[in-house]
Amino acid sequence: MRGFKMLLQKEFLQIRRNSFLPKLIIAFPILVMLLMPLIMTMDVRNVNVAVVDLDHSTASRRIASHIEASEYLTLSLATDEYAEALEALEQGDVDVIVQIPDDYERDMVVATPERISITANAVNATKGGIGMQYVVHSIAHTLKELRGEKSPATLSEMVTVENRYNPTLNYRHYMIPALMIILFILICGFLPALSIVGEKESGTIEQINVSPVSRLTFTLAKLVPYWIIGLFVVTIAMLVAYLVYGLAPTGSVWTIYLGALLFILTISGFSLTIANFSETMQQTMFVMFFFIMIFMLMSGLLTPIDSMPLWAQRFTMILPPRYYIEILRSVYLKGTTLTELWVNFAALGGFAILFNTLAALTYKKRS
Amino acid sequence: MSDVVISVRELTKRFGDFTAVDRISFDVHRGEIFGFLGANGAGKTTAMRMLCGLSYPTSGSGTVAGFDVMREGEKIKRHIGYMSQRFSLYNDLTVWENMHLFAGIYGLTKRETEVRAVELLTRLNFSQERNTLVGSLPLGWKQKLSFAIATIHRPEVVFLDEPTGGVDPVTRRQFWEMIYEATEGGTTIFVTTHYMDEAEYCSRVSIMVDGEVRALDTPAHLKQQFGAESMDEVFRTLARGAQRGE
Repeated sequence: MRGFKMLLQKEFLQIRRNSFLPKLIIAFPILVMLLMPLIMTMDVRNVNVAVVDLDHSTASRRIASHIEASEYLTLSLATDEYAEALEALEQGDVDVIVQIPDDYERDMVVATPERISITANAVNATKGGIGMQYVVHSIAHTLKELRGEKSPATLSEMVTVENRYNPTLNYRHYMIPALMIILFILICGFLPALSIVGEKESGTIEQINVSPVSRLTFTLAKLVPYWIIGLFVVTIAMLVAYLVYGLAPTGSVWTIYLGALLFILTISGFSLTIANFSETMQQTMFVMFFFIMIFMLMSGLLTPIDSMPLWAQRFTMILPPRYYIEILRSVYLKGTTLTELWVNFAALGGFAILFNTLAALTYKKRS
Repeated sequence: MSDVVISVRELTKRFGDFTAVDRISFDVHRGEIFGFLGANGAGKTTAMRMLCGLSYPTSGSGTVAGFDVMREGEKIKRHIGYMSQRFSLYNDLTVWENMHLFAGIYGLTKRETEVRAVELLTRLNFSQERNTLVGSLPLGWKQKLSFAIATIHRPEVVFLDEPTGGVDPVTRRQFWEMIYEATEGGTTIFVTTHYMDEAEYCSRVSIMVDGEVRALDTPAHLKQQFGAESMDEVFRTLARGAQRGE
C-alpha cells in the first residue's frame, strides 16, 4: 500500500516538474472550449436567394420579403427572368433560386396552383441542402399565413415543425459535448501512454520491473493522476461552456461526472494497453492516432450514427466514446437521468474494467 | 546448504536460433563478491537478467535467495537489489525522493526509510545533496546513489551490471569501498565488469565466453591455472577464442 502511495506521489511530482504538461493541462481545455465551438459549426448562414417572380402578386411579394427578413437568408436577386437567376447561380452569386409561377396567387384560391420551383446549387452539399430547407421552411411559413387569412379551416393540414431540446438547432450545443470527449481522448488518452513509453525509453521502468511492485499497483499509479486531471478538465470545460456559451446541463452535473469517471478510466486503460505493446514514442503515437481517428469519426461525435451504413452502426457498439457522447448530449440537452441511461453507464463500466484488466495483464515485468 | 545464495544449473536462454546463455552452472556463497566477467556480447547481462526475474530462462534451473528462478521471480525480487547498466533512477526526482520511492516500493515504513536514507546519505557524504534533482548529478555520483538505492532494503544479493562503466578512478575506488562495506553486513555481491583491476577485488570470478562459463575460481587460482601474471592476461587468453564479435 505504501508502495502505491509512493508511486502515485512520484507520478504527480513528475507531472508537476515537467516544463510543459501542467501548462498544457490548463491551457488546452480552455483554448479548445473557447475557440472550437465558434469554428465547428454546421449552421448555414448567408444563403443567397434569387427570387424569380413571374406572378407579381401580393403573395409573391410576401414570399420574397419573408426570405429577405430571415436571419439565414439573403435576398440577393429579384428578377423575372429564370435565365438570369440561373446565370447568377452558375457564377456562385446565388445558392438557391425560387421561381413563383404566373397566376400563383389567383390559382391558390382555386386550390391547385402550379408549384413553386426551387433550384439549389449543391456543389457545397451542406449549404445547398440546408439552404434549400430554410427556403422551403420560409415559404411554407408564408403560405401558412396566406391560407390562414383566406380559409382558416385548412390550417390543420399544415405541417408544424418543432425542434425539441435544442429549440434553436444551435450547433454549438451539439458540438460542445463532442469537444469535451475530444479533450478527454487527447489528454487522458495520450498522456498515460506517453508516460509509460517514456519510462521504457529512459530505462527507469527496468528498476520498477526488478522490484516486487505488482503490475496492478504500477498500472493504477499511472491511471489515478489522469483520472484526477480528467475531472479537472471536465470541470473547466463545463465552466467555459456555461460562462461563454451559456450552455448548462439540463440534467444533473453528477451524472456527467460519473460518466466522466468511467470514460476517463476506459480511455486511459486503453492507452496504457497500447503503451504496453509499444517500444518507442513514435510507435505509440502512430497507433494511438489510428484509433483516435476511428473514435472521433465513428462514435457519432461529429456526424449522426443513424445516418451511417448499417455495418458501421453495428461497429459503433464497440466504441466507448459512443456511449459517453450519448450521456453527455442527453444530460445536457434533455436532462435525462442516470437510471434512463443505465445501459450507457453499464457499457462504459464494462469497457473500463476490460481495458484496465488488459493494461495490467499486458504489462510484462519479465520477458 | 544455507550458505549458497545463488545456485544455477544448466541455465540457458535462447532467442530464436541464437543461444545467448548456454547451460551455465555455478554457486555463489553468502557474503561473496562474485565477479561475472566476459567480453561484450558474451551473455553476462542476459544471465543476470534471468537471475533477477527480468527474463524467463529457456531451460535449466536455479535458485536465488532460496527461490526458484523459473517460477518464483516475484519472490526473488523482494530479496535482491539490482543496478542496471543504464542509469535508471528518476532524473526528475530528487535524491531524497528517489530513496523514498524505492524504499516505499520495498515496503519500508516511513520511519525506517528516514533512518535508512539518512544513514546512506551520511555514508555517501551526500547529505547536502538530498534535495538535488538526480538528473543534475555527475555520473560518478549517480552510480554511487544507484548502488545505495539498490541496497536500501538490505537485500540478500545485489546484482551490479557494469556499475563503474565510464566512472573516474577515484570514484571507482570509493565505489568498491561501498561494495566491501555492504559485504561486511552479509550481503552477497554479483558484479559484472570490464575492469580487470576490479576483478582482482572479487572473492571469485567466472569468465563467460560465447554464452558459456569457461573459467570459475578465485583470482589467485585462475592466474595460477593459466600461468598468467594478472587477471587481464587470464581474460585475454580466454576471450581470444571467442567466436562472437562485438
